[in-house]
Amino acid sequence: MKRILSVLCIVAMLLCLGGCNRMQDDGKASVYYLNFKPEQDDEWKALAKAYTDETGVEVTVVTAASGDYEDTLGAEIVKSNPPTLFQVNGPVGLSGWMDYCYDLSGSEVYTHLTDEDFALKEGDQVLGIAYVLETYGIIYNKSILDKYFALPDAQITSLNQVNNFESFKTLVTDIQSKKETLGIQGAFTSSGMDASSDWRFKTHLANLPIYYEYMENDITSTSAIKGTYLDHYRQVWDLYLNNATCAPTEIGAKTEDDAKNEFLNGQAVFYQNGTWAWDETMEEKLGADNVGMLPIYIGAEGEEAQGLCTGSENYWCVNKNASETDIQATLDFLNWVVTSETGTKTLAEDMGFVIPFENAQNSTNPLIKEAQSYLDAGKNPVSWSFSTIPSDQWKSGVGSALLAYAQGGATDDLWEMVKSSFVEGWKTEHDKANS
Amino acid sequence: MNKTLKRWFPIFLLPTLAAFLIGFVVPFFIGLYLSFCEYGTVENATFVGFANYVRVFTADSQFWYSFGFTALFTLVSVVLINVIAFAVALGLTRGIRGTNFFRTVFFMPNLIGGIVLGYIWKMIINYGVLIPLFGKDLSYSTAYGFWGLVLVVAWQQIGYMMIIYISGLQSVPEEQIEAAKIDGAGWWQTLRSVTLPMVMPSITICTFLTLTNSFKLFDQNLALTDGKPFRTTEMLAMCIRNTYGTTPKSHGTAQAMAVVFFLIVAIIALLQLRSTKEKEVQQ
Repeated sequence: MKRILSVLCIVAMLLCLGGCNRMQDDGKASVYYLNFKPEQDDEWKALAKAYTDETGVEVTVVTAASGDYEDTLGAEIVKSNPPTLFQVNGPVGLSGWMDYCYDLSGSEVYTHLTDEDFALKEGDQVLGIAYVLETYGIIYNKSILDKYFALPDAQITSLNQVNNFESFKTLVTDIQSKKETLGIQGAFTSSGMDASSDWRFKTHLANLPIYYEYMENDITSTSAIKGTYLDHYRQVWDLYLNNATCAPTEIGAKTEDDAKNEFLNGQAVFYQNGTWAWDETMEEKLGADNVGMLPIYIGAEGEEAQGLCTGSENYWCVNKNASETDIQATLDFLNWVVTSETGTKTLAEDMGFVIPFENAQNSTNPLIKEAQSYLDAGKNPVSWSFSTIPSDQWKSGVGSALLAYAQGGATDDLWEMVKSSFVEGWKTEHDKANS
Repeated sequence: MNKTLKRWFPIFLLPTLAAFLIGFVVPFFIGLYLSFCEYGTVENATFVGFANYVRVFTADSQFWYSFGFTALFTLVSVVLINVIAFAVALGLTRGIRGTNFFRTVFFMPNLIGGIVLGYIWKMIINYGVLIPLFGKDLSYSTAYGFWGLVLVVAWQQIGYMMIIYISGLQSVPEEQIEAAKIDGAGWWQTLRSVTLPMVMPSITICTFLTLTNSFKLFDQNLALTDGKPFRTTEMLAMCIRNTYGTTPKSHGTAQAMAVVFFLIVAIIALLQLRSTKEKEVQQ
C-alpha cells in the first residue's frame, strides 16, 4: 500500500514537471496576445479561433485581471514564451516598455491607419499603433431633457442653445432648481471619488485644462505645467458638485456604480463618462434613442467649436524579442484583424470599437454615432492630453485634493491645494520619472 | 517502519522543499539583488549600487511617514487586540452556558478574507455611522481612517487570538489556582501572579502574530481607506506598492523599500520574541 502511494506521488510530480515543459516553443509560428480589456475577453478568444480556423496559425489570447496589466506583462514578458503582442496606454506607458517594442513603421497594418497621429512614435520608429478610439463627454438623458424643455418657465428650450460653459451652466442650474417638478434627484449624477469613479475627474476632467494649456502654447507634452486653466477646472467642478444627486460632502463614498445607477434609473440627467459606458443594461433601461453626449465646456475662449474628447489609451506593441517567425505571424494577424470582414465586423459589432483603420465598419453604439456626428458638424475633437500625465501619483494627488475641496466646503484655501498638486505635483512626478 | 521512512523521506520532502525554494527563497534573493538595480522587468536590470537605498533614506518622505503611521497603528492594535482577546478568553473559560457557541461566533470573522472584510466594513462605517452622524465619510480625515483600520483589524483578529488564549488558560493547573486561593489571594492577585505567568507562551505567540500582521497589513488598508486622504493612511506595504510605479527607477526604489521593510519587521519581531520569552516560566 505504501509503495503504491509513493509511486503515485512520484508519478504526480513527474506529471507536474512534464506540464511545465509542455509550453516549450516548437518552432511553429504562433501569436500570443496579452489582452488589456477584460470586458472583451470572450470576443478576442472567438476572433483568435476564427483566425486559427482560417489560417492554421495558433493565436493564444490571455487577459490580465483588471488593473493588473503592467504587473502581468512584467511577469509574462520574461518567460520563455513571452507575449508577441501586448499594449501600452500612451507615451508615458511606452517609456517603460521601449526596450521591447518592435519598429512597426514597415508593417502593413501601419499603412492602414487612417491618421499617423494614431501611432506612437519615437524618432523615426513606430512603436505602438492605436487600435480603438474612445470618446467621452457628458452623457445625457434625452427624455428628461425634453420634459424640462417643455416646462413653461424653462430658461433653455433646446440643446442648440447650449454651446459654451455659460449656457450649459444655465441649463444645469435651472434643471437643478426644478428637480422636484421633473421628478429627479439632481441634474448631475454623483461625482464619486471612490477609486472606482475618481478617474472621471482626476484624469478625464483634468484633461481639459491640460488640453487648453497645450493648445495655447502649441505643445503636446510638458515637463512643468502652468495651470493656466485651473480656474476653469474649478468652475466645472463646482458645477458638478453643487448640482448633483448628493451633497458635495458625500462624494468620498460614492462609487462608479452609484453614478451609473442614478443615470440608468432616471434620477439624474447628466453623467460624465464615455462611449464604453454603453452596454446592455443601458440599452434595456434607456434605449438607444434616449441618450446623447455633450462636450465638456469649461469656459475657455472659442469653446463654441469644441467637440467631444476623443483619443486612445490602447496601443498595440509587438514584442521585438519574440522569434522572427512569431513576429511575422503577429503582424499578419494584426493585419487580418483590421482588414478582413470577420475581423472588422467583430471589432465593430461584438466589441463595439471604433478603430482608426481604413476598413472600419460602423459600430452599433449610439454614443459612438453621436461622437461621429460632432465630427461631421465640424467640431474640433479634444485630444486625450491626459496620456502625458507624468504618473499615477500625480492623479491620486489631484484626486485627493479635489475630494478635500468638496468635503471642506469648497473654499479658496482648499482650491490652492488642488492647484499645488496639479502644478507642483506635475513637476515633482515628472522629475522623479525622468531625472 | 523507521527504516523505510529514512529511506523515502527525501521524496516526500521534495515537493514542499521545491515549493519553498521556488516560491520563497529564490524570489527573496532575486528581490535582494533587484533592490540594487533599476529595472523594467527582472531580465533587463541595470546595477546601480546603493542609489535606491539612498533615495529611500533621503528623498522619500512618504516612506518614513508611512513607517510612523504603521508603528502607531501597530502599537494601538496590538494592545487592543490582546487585551480584549484575553478578556474574552477569560470570560469563555468560566464554563458559562453557550461557551462553544460564543467561541465559534468570535472566531468566525477570521475566516473572511481581508479585502472582502475591508469593503464590507467600509460600507458599514460610511453609511451606518459616519454619514448619518457627521455627513462625512472615511476619506475625510486621517483619524477616521486610522480608527476604522483599528476597528476592522481588531474585529478580525480578536477571535483568533482568543482561541490561542483559551488553550493557554485551559492548561493552567487547577491546583495552583486553588493553592493561591487558599493562601488568600484575591481574583486580581491570582490573575496577575499565577495565571498570567502561566499563559506567557500564549502571550508570546499572540503578540508576535498581531505585531507582524499589523505591520504587514495591506488588504484591509487598500479596501478600507486606500491611503485617503492624501496618502495619510497609507501603511508601509501599500506605500511600497504605490511607489512601484512604471519606471525602472521607481521599481528599484520600491524594491529597496521592500528590503528595508523586511529588515524592520524581522528586527522588531525578534526583539519582541526575546523580551516576552524571557518572562515565560517552566511548569
